[in-house]
Amino acid sequence: MTLKGSTKEAIAAYAFLLPNFIGFLMFTSIPVIFSLGLAFTKWDLIAGPPTFVGLDNFFKMFNDPKFWKYCGNTTYLMASIPLSMGGSLILALAMNQKLRGVVFFRTVYFLPTISAGVAIYMLWRLVYATEFGYANVFIAKLGNILNIPLRGPNWLNDENWAKPALIIMSVWQQVGGYNMILYLAALQGVPRELYEASDIDGANGWHKFWAVTWPMISPTTFFIGVMSVIGGFQAGFDPAYIMTSGGPNGSTTTIIYEIYNEAFVYQNMGYACAMAWVLFMVIFLFTIIKWKVFHKFVYY
Amino acid sequence: MKHDAITTTVVLSGTFGQERSEAHVGAETLREAKRNATLASGAKKLVSYALLTIGAITMVLPFLWMVTTSLSKPGSFSMWSVKAKWWEGWLPLNFEWKNYLEACRVVPLAKFYLNSLFVTIATTLGQVSTSAMAGYAFARLHFWGREKLFFAYLATMMIPGAVTMIPVFILLRHLGWVDTYKALILPGMFTAYGTFMLRQFFMTLPRDLEDAAKIDGCSLFGIFIKIILPLSKPALATLTTFTFMGSWMNFMWPLVVTTSEEKFVLTVGLAYFQSLYATNWTLLMAGSVMMTAPIILLFILNQRFFVEGIKLSGIKG
Repeated sequence: MTLKGSTKEAIAAYAFLLPNFIGFLMFTSIPVIFSLGLAFTKWDLIAGPPTFVGLDNFFKMFNDPKFWKYCGNTTYLMASIPLSMGGSLILALAMNQKLRGVVFFRTVYFLPTISAGVAIYMLWRLVYATEFGYANVFIAKLGNILNIPLRGPNWLNDENWAKPALIIMSVWQQVGGYNMILYLAALQGVPRELYEASDIDGANGWHKFWAVTWPMISPTTFFIGVMSVIGGFQAGFDPAYIMTSGGPNGSTTTIIYEIYNEAFVYQNMGYACAMAWVLFMVIFLFTIIKWKVFHKFVYY
Repeated sequence: MKHDAITTTVVLSGTFGQERSEAHVGAETLREAKRNATLASGAKKLVSYALLTIGAITMVLPFLWMVTTSLSKPGSFSMWSVKAKWWEGWLPLNFEWKNYLEACRVVPLAKFYLNSLFVTIATTLGQVSTSAMAGYAFARLHFWGREKLFFAYLATMMIPGAVTMIPVFILLRHLGWVDTYKALILPGMFTAYGTFMLRQFFMTLPRDLEDAAKIDGCSLFGIFIKIILPLSKPALATLTTFTFMGSWMNFMWPLVVTTSEEKFVLTVGLAYFQSLYATNWTLLMAGSVMMTAPIILLFILNQRFFVEGIKLSGIKG
């Protein structure tokens, strides 16, 4: 029996797809549905099968002031986004000046991003150590020079300083990385005629930036902003685990860290799934809002 | 503005026979404007250099601290105080290489390294090969359900990992795969992102070569291996690099899925190290350097792929 050409192609296609598709089923699509089901149950994995509890998990979640505190933490930590985006833009503007050694600078700036991980978090834990960490010693020496006794805060052990500490670290990590590269590419794509036209109109550097550069790179700004926020919703696990264990007093616990705790420390599988789905819905909502609302601010 | 009117006149009505005097004044103003512009651009360059240098120092300083600490005398850290000279702790003055040996002795860092290497390489190979095949199917082959299935793939890219993490863990537990290499490698091998990226790339390849090969009787698989893959080296290299990096740095999943020391990958191993030697900074930093140095080296050697890959994904995003 000879098969039609198109059937042969279809069979070949399925063969090509098969390994990836099996993985897709096993590790993505079926788990998603399973997780939705679990969100309505209570289960600790050991004492028997899951018990259906309806919307209890969600009621418990929304009535728990700690949950809202963790949501607040996640949002607070997103303050690093505008800071690092601004920094990336400034760096990209500087790098765009046709200087020599751009490749050297670009490499150096990328180092924090590329090495981000457990090792770097341990390093920053040292930096923020209260008595002899680099941050506080630097502050103290600065105080020496200025003749004011300056004393650095307790950084990671102080409820009020832990999040700013993480934000500073996060900005250091992100500022020279992907966003800077994207901005650089965007800046190089701005047509020269626009700058020349604005020169004729007598624009100075400041005007030129706001009237020409900023609108022309707004698609990139939009893209970076959206991706960063979506990432920001899911961020914070590694630093919290390595540097603060979510403390002090839960001030560095983000949603994702809490999901991990609920699932793998307290063994509340159902509750953790419910929280994960709430996170998913928040991101989904954000994506819809992005499409409907923010497009107005972007020039294409 | 004065310049405004004159220069505009020069530019716009250039050849329309304006009076000589006007043209002279216009030209002079242009020259002046050009001079100012060069001065301004010179100043801009200086400021940029200064800014970039300060920035570069800020980026590098923590790494310097990491290396210096790893090479310091053990226990010297609690003696640190404001009275120490400013360069102590910033520049390596001691070279206690035995810190590294000690770090490998108290915790099986070598085993962690090997685990990381094994898991990362296996994950990368699996991811790139299955994504390439699936991407080819989506890009070039026609089959029932192609569009719907691709849309499903795209949709899952939006789902946070936290949602799938828990059921996958439960599944692996059910299969008895917890604390095995399978559990470390397999889930990481199948992300929709790789398929998506390669499909987009394959679609940009010209069909002529494939059509010619088909006429010559080449099988679809043959076309895939002999034509598509060689032409896709940049995209494949980018995907390989990103997958490798992601797998090497992955912390949460190996943490969840491994429980015995001999299966720890480097990230989990270092965290374990920290839980044992919380304030033994010299040892901890030695471990950190050992984890960070290979990645930095790999990056410096493969910079091109990173930058091109970022631009590829950024512009299409």
